[in-house]
This record gives sequence, structure tokens and C-alpha cells, in this order.
Amino acid sequence: MNNNTLANGIRFIVLVLVQVLICNHIHFLGYINPYIYVLFILLYPLKNENRALFLFLAFLIGLCVDIFSDSGGIHAASSLCIAYIRPVVLRFSFGSAYEYQTLKINNTNLGQRFMYLFIMILTHHIILFSLEIFSFTHILTTLKKTLLSGAFTLVLCFLFIPLFRTKNQ
Amino acid sequence: MQNIINFFLKNRFFFLFFVLLSFSLFLTIQSHSYHKSKFINSANWITGGIYETASNISGYFGLKGYNRQLVEENKRLRLLLFNKAHPYPDSIPNDSTLLPENPRYIVRDASVIKNSYHSPKNYLTIDQGEGDGIAQDMGVITSDGIVGIINNTSRHYATVQSVLNTLTRINAQLKSTNHFGTLQWDGTSENTVQLIDISRIAPLKVGDTIITGGMSTIFPKGIPIGTIKDFALDVSENYYIINVQLFNDMTNLGHVYVIENTNKEEILELEQSVNE
Repeated sequence: MNNNTLANGIRFIVLVLVQVLICNHIHFLGYINPYIYVLFILLYPLKNENRALFLFLAFLIGLCVDIFSDSGGIHAASSLCIAYIRPVVLRFSFGSAYEYQTLKINNTNLGQRFMYLFIMILTHHIILFSLEIFSFTHILTTLKKTLLSGAFTLVLCFLFIPLFRTKNQ
Repeated sequence: MQNIINFFLKNRFFFLFFVLLSFSLFLTIQSHSYHKSKFINSANWITGGIYETASNISGYFGLKGYNRQLVEENKRLRLLLFNKAHPYPDSIPNDSTLLPENPRYIVRDASVIKNSYHSPKNYLTIDQGEGDGIAQDMGVITSDGIVGIINNTSRHYATVQSVLNTLTRINAQLKSTNHFGTLQWDGTSENTVQLIDISRIAPLKVGDTIITGGMSTIFPKGIPIGTIKDFALDVSENYYIINVQLFNDMTNLGHVYVIENTNKEEILELEQSVNE
């Protein structure tokens, strides 16, 4: 348990630093950035999760990224939302495996994992860019940014998930 | 009563979610207005320190470019110096007593430790703060042109609201005539800003230079901004909307100058008394 907390703490700090020092400066094709810190929320341990703590940590990681990138509270709001809907998405994508708490994200099949990551990342990015642009007249820009950045984040998440393999998870 | 408590207990996660969400939305909306985002910004010692360390490392890769920029600026300044009435003064004028006693503008140097240009509201972070004399509403320029306005300060760091920020409004004018307008950004391209409210009788040519106007207390008059890329009349057909190609490459900023207007309080006080 203690070990798990430590691993999560390190993961939190590393993901924030990777996000603000590397990923925020990629600007692929001018405006596409991956938001890799959502991995913290996606891979937060499922067993015996304390939901209040989880919501708070998701909020905190978003706020940290916000403070670094001077963006108000947009990352905090979108991380919080996907943390709140995570149980629903987990049940939808993994079905009974989640109900019996035997789920290990590395052992799931590709289709289910893709579904889970896709829904979570898409929701996160839609909220993020709607709040960032904050105007209905630019709805096409919002959608374009959501889809392109979302695809980038999704690819990176797939590549990074094997790196986070721990025996406790 | 029991029922109410039960209701709250049953929905406690939703309430936690709701409270945190309201807080983040509050921060988001607050960041949409100028001068309000007081405590969530990158001018604090943790974020400033981390950005400074990172920029110390990456700064080495830009040294060649900075040197070239400095040499060009020196060349321009030497050109001005040599073309003055007395090109060769008796002694070399580089001691501080030759600086004017009560300068109208004070210039301080700073390094950009965090730059951003891809979001609609861009802020930079520089490595000088209140302790070095930086305060809110000072202008930030490079040798090429304007960068932005100081927004928030901490002891050792400050954030700069970039000219590439949809909230920024800067007074600007044509170099050739005195027709003035407002400089703003539509958020599309990181090297083009828009100059609006230029009267339609102003003579415009593509390639004309745009400089800062002297109407604000932030920038002195005559700092270069960019050149006219193209222009069109707005819907009312009375004013031009001009696309201005910036001189500055906003994606590549190293060292900047912060300008303080020492007469600012006096001017603001005077304007205040007129308004009353």
C-alpha cells in the first residue's frame, strides 16, 4: 500500500514535469500538443480506490499543469471531469472484469483498452479546448484541435502504458 | 434532518466534484479578464525555479542566435552614434554619469524562461521580479520589436501577457503618418497581429512600418512592431483592419528589455482628475 502511494506520487511529479517541459513545447504542425499527464488519471490504481482522494488528485494534477502554463483552470476542470466519469467508462469498456475488481490494464485486450482510452481522452480534450477557446463561433477550431491533439495523445498513451507496468497494479 | 444528512452522504462524491469543478471554472473565467489571475500563474518560486533550470540548459543551444541579434543591435546603435553631430567625443562615454539624471524611461534586462504561442491566451515568464524593480503594466520589448506587457509579478519572476494574447490591446500607429489604432490578435497566426480602428482616410501601402503610438503609459512612442501584410475595410467601411507582420519572431525569444515609464503615476493621476 505504502509502496503504491510512493509510486503514484512519483508518477504524478514525473508526468507534470514531462508535460510542462517537453509536451507543451512540441507544437507539431504548429498547434498539436499531446496532453500526456492524463495517463495519471487513466492508470490510477483501481483496487480499493478512495474516490474522494482520486477526484482531488485529478484536480490537483490539472491545476499543476495550469499553473505552469498560465491557463486559468482549464486543465483542472477537464481532468476532474474525466476522473468523475471514469467508473462509468470503465464499466462500459471492460464490463464484468471491472465489476469484480480483477482488472489489470496491461492484460486487457486491445479493443477494450482502445475504447477506454479513446472515450477518456476525447472527453478530456473536448472540455479542455472548449474552455480554452471559450467561444461558439470557433467551434470548428475546437473540434479540429480536439481530434488532432486527441489522436496524438492516444498514440503516446499506447506507447507509454507498458512503461508504467508495476506488480501492484 | 436524518434524510438531509443521508442525502449529502450518498452524494458526497458528486458534491466534491461540483465544488472542485466550480473552483476550476472560476479560475478559468477569471483568467479571461486582464489583471485578475492573481494567484494561479507561473510567476511563483516553484514554477519559476523549474522553468529557469530548464531554460538554463536549453539556453546554450540559442547562444549563436542571441549573439547575432546583439551584434545587429550594436551595429544599429553604432550607426546612430557615429552619425551624430560629434562622431568622436573626447572621452569614451561609457560611465554612468553620462546617463540622464531623471530619465523618462528606465530599461531593465531579463531572460525569457518560458515562452508560449500556441494557445489563444499566451503568457511568458521572465527571470526578473519585484525584487529587481519589475512591476505590473511595464512594457516588454526586444531589440526587434514589442513582446508584451508585464501581468503578474512575484519576488524573483514575472509573467508577461504576450502580444499574442486575444486580451491584449496596444496603442499603435503608422510610422509615416500619425494615424493611430489599436493592436490586437485574433489568435490565428503567431507572426501576424491585427491593427484596427485606423481611419479610412489614412494612406496605407503594403510594407509600411507600424510603430507603437505614444498614447499609452506603457510603451514609449516609436518602438517598431511590424510591417503591413494586407489590409481591408471593416463592416462599417469606416476603418481599416490591417494584418501586421511582426518584426519579432515570437517563437524564438531569449533576452528581453523591460521598460518602466517613470512619469506613469503623474500621467495617470492627471487623467484621473480629468475624469472626475
